[in-house]
Amino acid sequence: MKRREFLKSATALAAGTAISAPTIFSAEAQSRKETLLLVSENGPNNLDIHGVGTNRPGYEASWNCYDRLITHATKTLPDGSLSYDRDKFVPELAEDMNVGDMSVTFKLKKGAKFQDGTPVTAKDVKWSFDRSVTVGGFPVVQMKAGSLEKPEQFVAVDDTTFRVDFLKKNRLTIPDLAVIVPSIFNSGLLKAKATEKDPWALEYTKSNTAGSGAYKVTSWKPGVEVVYERNDAWIGGKLPELKKVIWRTIPSGGNRRALMERGDADISFDLPAKDFVELKKEGKLKLVSNPIGNGMYSLELNVKSAPFDNEKVRQAIAYALPYQKIIDAAMFGHAKPLFGGPSNTVSTIDWPQATGYKTDLAMAKKLMAESGAGPIESTVSFDLGDAVNCEPMAVLIQEALGEIGIKLAINKVPGANWRSEMAKKSMPMMVNFFSGWLDYPEYFFWCYSKLNAVFNTPSYVDPAMDAFIDGAYAAAAVGDKEKYATDVKGFISKAYTDVPRVPILQPYLNVAMQNNISGYQYWFHRQVDYRKLVKG
Amino acid sequence: MLATLGKRLLTVIPTLIGVIIVTFLLTRVLPGDPAVYFAGPAATPDSIAEIRKGLGLDKPLPEQFVRYVGDLAHGNFGNSLSTGRPVATEIASRLPASAELTLLGLFVSLVIAVPLGILAAVKQGSWIDHTCRVVATAGVSLPVFFTGLLLVYAFYYQLGWAPAPLGRLDAFASAPPQINGFYLIDSLVTGNFEVFRSALSQLILPVATLAIFSLAPIARMTRASMLAVLASEFVRTARASGLDTRTVIITYAFRNAMLPVVTTLGMVFSFLLGANVLVEKVFAWPGIGSYAVEALLQSDFAPVQGFVLTMAVLYVVLNLVIDILYGVIDPRVRLEG
Repeated sequence: MKRREFLKSATALAAGTAISAPTIFSAEAQSRKETLLLVSENGPNNLDIHGVGTNRPGYEASWNCYDRLITHATKTLPDGSLSYDRDKFVPELAEDMNVGDMSVTFKLKKGAKFQDGTPVTAKDVKWSFDRSVTVGGFPVVQMKAGSLEKPEQFVAVDDTTFRVDFLKKNRLTIPDLAVIVPSIFNSGLLKAKATEKDPWALEYTKSNTAGSGAYKVTSWKPGVEVVYERNDAWIGGKLPELKKVIWRTIPSGGNRRALMERGDADISFDLPAKDFVELKKEGKLKLVSNPIGNGMYSLELNVKSAPFDNEKVRQAIAYALPYQKIIDAAMFGHAKPLFGGPSNTVSTIDWPQATGYKTDLAMAKKLMAESGAGPIESTVSFDLGDAVNCEPMAVLIQEALGEIGIKLAINKVPGANWRSEMAKKSMPMMVNFFSGWLDYPEYFFWCYSKLNAVFNTPSYVDPAMDAFIDGAYAAAAVGDKEKYATDVKGFISKAYTDVPRVPILQPYLNVAMQNNISGYQYWFHRQVDYRKLVKG
Repeated sequence: MLATLGKRLLTVIPTLIGVIIVTFLLTRVLPGDPAVYFAGPAATPDSIAEIRKGLGLDKPLPEQFVRYVGDLAHGNFGNSLSTGRPVATEIASRLPASAELTLLGLFVSLVIAVPLGILAAVKQGSWIDHTCRVVATAGVSLPVFFTGLLLVYAFYYQLGWAPAPLGRLDAFASAPPQINGFYLIDSLVTGNFEVFRSALSQLILPVATLAIFSLAPIARMTRASMLAVLASEFVRTARASGLDTRTVIITYAFRNAMLPVVTTLGMVFSFLLGANVLVEKVFAWPGIGSYAVEALLQSDFAPVQGFVLTMAVLYVVLNLVIDILYGVIDPRVRLEG
């Protein structure tokens, strides 16, 4: 029976390989030491942040492969973990920054080269900035936050001098130059790759990196892995220790955890709260967790449709939410509460800060009675892409609001439809998460209220609110601290009293690392910076 | 033979036209607006409109359809919006990954299930029959993602026998030069045994998962059809004529019991392609199923259309092969039938 013999030998072969597999690559131990294996749930869909619909993992590729003129300094937080310093800027591609009254001038570092060897000039900077305000979509909106809107604002004075002229005074202009969007691209290379239909060569940068950054992508298989290699000629900062970074996409959360616990992967990024809490208890891995700046989970109420156009109903809901239960059940106790503060008229400019609401059913029922609204039937929606966090929240909210006569159905929206559903602004009630890169309260309110964009899901627009926001912007621009504080307290208090959005909690960004990894740093963009990581 | 084959192929054309129209319409009717999705955070109506125009989604549906069919005729499946790469390239690079996994899974399951089914039928009511029943019931009642996770937990996490579920290769191994995309074959042809071992060890758990899932229908069908054949008169005659048991069972009975088994095999293969999506997710397998699901989640039309089309073509080919096999197994079956 030849077939059977073949079978026998085939299974024996299979069994043999299974056992000897882990020892195969022991010869490469040295290169493993200089190589980082990073795992996460999703990989990039585009390597260029200027691209159409680049996702968050794509920002990570841009961050590590391109330089900005300036970046943030590092600071040590009270818990010993590292974070970017919001208020302190250090040079990256520029060696010097000179802020004038209505402009800022940069001197480029001497000897800065793109990865193909051509020198970085002010013309490249100008071309890159022009690109960021012209390509449309997210980059344009982000640049606008710093009043960077027109190509005429960007001037290449000579080969190494670059000037940005201000349209108006805006405190966010400088911070906005240190986000990922104003990355510097190799204009010579990209002009050669550009076509009539694609003047900014977005097609090329989608899958190739063309910067002067610390890393370059040497291989990218969408949905599988990204392989980076160090750019040894980088002068944007101290040369990174890691020569190679392999970033694998592992969709199953259980497997990512198993890979970490078995010591096969070096870093697992963006862990669910549950894994974080459990791994912390086991104590075998290094775990770092930072509250996500300028971010919050909240319950949003569409103020354009009855009955949530009624302020009393909204306040009743804010008093009925089972806040502590949500933190315990949905976030496993690992979140910062945004409730139970002294009052809704706030006395500090901290952001995000606690509202004056707490679970108080008697108060909620009283407010419901005063509102004159009858029994209410409505729907609470959430993004299935974030079901880990949102689903338990929605269920708890459904149960709690039942107590005050609001009957809720739960509407789970698939990730692909979430943004278009939000854009319609027809969902009456939703559990949602927002965060802003620039960690300033006026930026949060500009994005999510004044600029009546997709993310203003409650459709809350109020002239008094806008006056506070504009006031805060103007005061910050001229450094009028007193006026600024009054306006910030003004819009926070107004937002908390009118509650179009009921803040619930501020989540953490969780990372697990093997014990031999150090140098991880929290960034506003919530992605990994490989440049300071050290292995061994 | 060729003429009948040609005729058979002609009947495929309306099916394909139907598939093209339906997939095009379905992806357009689905809720979810790619322009909004790709406009990113803090998008304004203006920036959404810009992106819609950039994607060609502002054109009327018939115009989009004509463009789509025209591209298809040139072998162009369009570009994936989310990865920015041509769908045809993506599918070509991912199909071998899925095919390698599915075919190997089917092979392993066949090799176990067919002998098991035959033995169960021959020794009806014995312990082997009961084993067959238990294995089949267990296999079919465990969802694939559960079996997959369970295997990972036991053989990787607890015992450490299997390699990390990192996809087709260990993170530090590099893929063999592409010949036909089957890593096992490519690495053998180029004589790279390190990669062959790595690829094979990565395959074991996902293949076992698929095999466990597909064991049940094949074993049950083999058993049932063997029972029917064994009870028939020609087998009794063969036995009465004094032929030895092995010849009776393998040469006479099994050959006649094979038709329904082959039919089941075709069905199981299509099931496996579906189950693959989950297995691919669990084992981070860069196959065609996970590609389609990701595309669907992002309202990325082109890959979904490409996926459905490829699958449709695969099924058509599969059915054709099965029909031809019928003729080989049983000369009484004719293709025109």
